[in-house]
Amino acid sequence: MYNVINENDLAVLRSVVGDVNVLYGEEISPDYSHDELGGISRMPDVLVRVHSTEEISAIMKHAYERTIPVTVRGSGTGLVGSAVAVEGGIMLETTQMNKILELDEDNLTVTVQPGVLLMELSAFAEEHDFLYPPDPGEKSATIGGNISTNAGGMRAVKYGVTRDYVRALTVVMPNGDIMQLGSKVVKNSSGYSLKDLVIGSEGTLAIITEAVLKLMPLPKFSVSLLVPFPDMKSAIESVPKIIRSKVIPTAIEYMSRDTILFSESYLGKKFPDSKNDAYILLTFDGNTDHQVQTDMQTVADLCLEIGALDAYIVDTDERKKSVWSARSAFLEAIKASTTEMDECDVVVPRSNVDEFIKYTHQIAEETGVRIPSFGHAGDGNLHVYICRDALDDKKWEEVLAHCFDLMYKKAEELGGLVSGEHGIGYAKKSYMRKQYGEEQIMLMQGIKAAFDPKNILNPGKVCY
Amino acid sequence: MNILVCIKQVPGSSNVEVDPVTGVLKRDGVASKMNPYDLYGLEVAMSLTEKYGGTVETITMGPPQAKAIIDESICMGAKCGTVLSDRKFAGADVLATAYTISQGIRKCGEYDLIICGKQTTDGDTAQVGAEVSEYLGIPCVANVLSVDDVADGKIYVTVSLDNIVVKESVKLPCLISVDSDINSPRLPSYKVKKTLTDDMVKFISFADFEDQDANHYGLNGSATQVERIFPPEKNTEKHSITGDAKEQASGIFDVLKSRKLI
Repeated sequence: MYNVINENDLAVLRSVVGDVNVLYGEEISPDYSHDELGGISRMPDVLVRVHSTEEISAIMKHAYERTIPVTVRGSGTGLVGSAVAVEGGIMLETTQMNKILELDEDNLTVTVQPGVLLMELSAFAEEHDFLYPPDPGEKSATIGGNISTNAGGMRAVKYGVTRDYVRALTVVMPNGDIMQLGSKVVKNSSGYSLKDLVIGSEGTLAIITEAVLKLMPLPKFSVSLLVPFPDMKSAIESVPKIIRSKVIPTAIEYMSRDTILFSESYLGKKFPDSKNDAYILLTFDGNTDHQVQTDMQTVADLCLEIGALDAYIVDTDERKKSVWSARSAFLEAIKASTTEMDECDVVVPRSNVDEFIKYTHQIAEETGVRIPSFGHAGDGNLHVYICRDALDDKKWEEVLAHCFDLMYKKAEELGGLVSGEHGIGYAKKSYMRKQYGEEQIMLMQGIKAAFDPKNILNPGKVCY
Repeated sequence: MNILVCIKQVPGSSNVEVDPVTGVLKRDGVASKMNPYDLYGLEVAMSLTEKYGGTVETITMGPPQAKAIIDESICMGAKCGTVLSDRKFAGADVLATAYTISQGIRKCGEYDLIICGKQTTDGDTAQVGAEVSEYLGIPCVANVLSVDDVADGKIYVTVSLDNIVVKESVKLPCLISVDSDINSPRLPSYKVKKTLTDDMVKFISFADFEDQDANHYGLNGSATQVERIFPPEKNTEKHSITGDAKEQASGIFDVLKSRKLI
């Protein structure tokens, strides 16, 4: 149903972006055939490096007319195959659209191109005494990618997720039309929020070419606590109690000793403490030292009362770096510890985190597969990794499907959802379909058809 | 094995303003912390006593509020510590500081090993450790990467001499200053913080010292005078090189060549 790229298409693309920005066939690096996890793989026919809204618009006009599939890709750090061109066609790479266009201190917004990296945006904000709160572990992801998956990250407990910080988007529609969705306004009751439909749509509805993001004043003080527990059960069970204490930490992460040891070996650097089986890592921030210290002490006392072995204070830049840089490397560290892995990024109500994690331990025991996990205990979003280790192809496929079935079923039972922040992409479609049912999927397909009647934008993803 | 670690309170951030008139760092109202280089020394000390037994104590020179870092060192595992504090110590250069600390150490007791960090983040001279050892009349090894063994009244250390690494043995008592990034310093314990008592920190002033000649301390005892302190010029120059990989590589080459860096 899609047309194959021909010489004329290449000529059009070259005329829009210049010869050097169009790579065809074998000129394209195999890296563009997969994302970070690599389970889903297909080379695009042509890779186009884009630089502006107008270039993207011109390309989409042509692709729409010729019915050629188009997949947008940022840094390629996704985990569910969203940015893999499963139907071939054109891949648009946005990493060269990496300019921070405006800091509006009157409206507390920053306007960026989609290829700006999360680490660049957060550093820019901090330089100007602002905070861009969404804080996913993968700092080299692009903002366009973060918006497309509605990424959450570690500060979601207190500050919410990417969606809460997107004020407006400039998008190119599949037919090449350019649209402004939303604006710098704080309130908006003006019709359906098309902007919010695009956020989290994983590049299936429109192409984000500019984003106006909300900033917060940078909190003046922050301190973290690394709390060791004798076992994972007691560590996880502390989380609902911490939440009930009404102190709102910026982040509550859990980690096991195994994961810490993987990160030590991956980074070649010791974690400040790895003697104990399980840890909770919390951060508190605020505008007065007194408030931050009081919050920290309330939670530290509570943790000691319910069985924590200690509460280590992470108060200086050096200490924060030593702890949080290890935390940010967990995914890569687990990946390096095995031959292949796949992940489950479920989100469950916070009161059920302990039950879900215990269940993954039970599955690991029953199946004999290694299932390390870590994640955002404070917001219920867990990252559970199924490691292949020495399993052969057949056994691996069986075990993976079995583990996923059990985990997604359990998450549903507990009132959870398939993905907390990594998205559905290609890899998790069947699990979402199973949970939501045909009616909701058809509603989603209707939305997709309204945006993209020829189904050329990132086909085969999310609800198809 | 009884170990003493020398520590210092420094500004919590590198963005400390300098008073343009007096040239003195404006420390008031600026959060402070333990000199990050000293944390590596503390970690070496704690690991040695875990392995060979004994205790760790800490010592610092500074205003009374420097007690905070002695408390912190106790939270990290030290048994107790001492603050050398007196107005007469103010304005000390490297020499006067080293002399004051050596007087303080004599007053505190006898130690098998004294450990210093490589340097401080505010003074950056990396000389105090060596000069303290001189005043105490004990051997000194700088740039220690690891303490490999303690046996027969000696310690065996691995030392960095920039492009070569040397293994040495030194008779105890001695002083070592340890390199940075050689370990992951442990974190202070909140549990211990709750049990801190005032008697864990001792204050020693000029009146307690053996040498009562005030001319040996502070500004009077300093062989060097600071002429001017000024912040380094901030360079925010940014140069973007765009184009394909070849053009970017050639752009980088041109910049490096024009600045005679290659």
